[in-house]
Amino acid sequence: MPTKHLLKIEDLHHSFENEEVLKGISFSLDKGETKVIVGPSGTGKSTILNNIIRLVPPTRGKIYLEDTEITSAKKINEIRQQIGFVFQDFGLFNHLTAKGNIMIGLTKVKKMNKKEAEELAMLELDRVGLKEYAASYPSQLSGGQKQRVGIARALAMQPKLILFDEPTSSLDPELTGEVLKVMRNLAEEGMTMLVVTHEMGFARSVADELIFMEAGNIVEQGNPEKLFTDPDHQRTKEFLFQLTDLYGEGEN
Amino acid sequence: MLDIFMEYYPLFLSGLGVTVFVTIISCFSGTVLGTFLALGKIYGNKFVSAVVRTIISVIRGTPLLVQLFIIYYGLPSWGINMSPITAAIISFIINSGVYQAEYLRGSIQSISGSQLKAAQSIGMTKWQGIRHIILPQALRRVIPSWTNEFIYMIKYSSLAYVIGARELMTEGKLIASRNYQFFDVYLVVALIYLIVIIFFVAIFNRIEKKVTIP
Repeated sequence: MPTKHLLKIEDLHHSFENEEVLKGISFSLDKGETKVIVGPSGTGKSTILNNIIRLVPPTRGKIYLEDTEITSAKKINEIRQQIGFVFQDFGLFNHLTAKGNIMIGLTKVKKMNKKEAEELAMLELDRVGLKEYAASYPSQLSGGQKQRVGIARALAMQPKLILFDEPTSSLDPELTGEVLKVMRNLAEEGMTMLVVTHEMGFARSVADELIFMEAGNIVEQGNPEKLFTDPDHQRTKEFLFQLTDLYGEGEN
Repeated sequence: MLDIFMEYYPLFLSGLGVTVFVTIISCFSGTVLGTFLALGKIYGNKFVSAVVRTIISVIRGTPLLVQLFIIYYGLPSWGINMSPITAAIISFIINSGVYQAEYLRGSIQSISGSQLKAAQSIGMTKWQGIRHIILPQALRRVIPSWTNEFIYMIKYSSLAYVIGARELMTEGKLIASRNYQFFDVYLVVALIYLIVIIFFVAIFNRIEKKVTIP
């Protein structure tokens, strides 16, 4: 079924062995939108992101990237090139410098020549404020810097959208700010983003829509301001208050 | 001792040349073989990994000398004849390849699966991820075991003397049987092995330092 949404998820189910972690998730994402998924741990938030690029193939349901149905598309690696992914544990290639991490996808996947790839890599590193760390290896970078390289790597592939899987959850609180700032800038520049996070401040101020999930279902979705101040469900209210208490408003 | 070396050094050196030649060819080819075996065992389908497991257990479970004899004395009855050096090299490649496969398997598995996931997330195929992301890290990590393997191989290559390949040990034996100075001749042989091994270990340690990931 064709769709004019950039990303559309229809009745997504996922089971690990006998446990159903996603019980029919549907939502869509338009170009330039930022949607944030929040919810307790083990609710299946990250599984949705992994299902989208089929790092973990979904059990049932359909996902469309523009007009292409990607749940069964043969050449998944071509789909993955169009969807950036930012990992909780950064996923940087340990044997490559910051610049090398960004270049390798350009040269090996996009078959770009080395010089062009290098220029683009430097551009993207500059965009996340790490130009002077181009020659550093992952082990020489702080967590926040690693994650910014991770974002630059995703950006360099010029994806249609970027998925963020708890991008600040492995970071010390004082390092989350620099990562969230980069993400906020991206949202403002019109990048399409789907973000799983516990950062309530970010969710509230950046998201076009907030999706609250629990136990494999979407409990409530809508304008973040509404969910924070006047949610339809009591459970939404409890969760959002609790997290805001726990994590504060994030970014300072 | 020095006089023995001075008297026979062309023989010692030509034997040493064969030893080093056999070792280098066997070890490097063994790495190539070992890489394919390790990848087959880890990433292959059920059939491939079962075949690899069988090869590894057969080769590891039988003495190198027996393998050497099967290749040199056994294969001719199937019409396959080869020189002693060729037979030695082939059996050493197979033997070393199998051991290296196991070292490499450990090394590959010590690299977290998230590296491959990350590679696939930017659109690499599994094979590209293995080639560009996993192997460059795994091969670096395996250098210390590889150095060990090389040292073993220099010494084990002396086994080739039993089929008459003219490597260092064979030359030593020929010289000793000519001048009857067994003690001194074999001492020279031992010293040559020692010096060569110290030399190669120094080289590999330098390489290891040079390619280490910060």
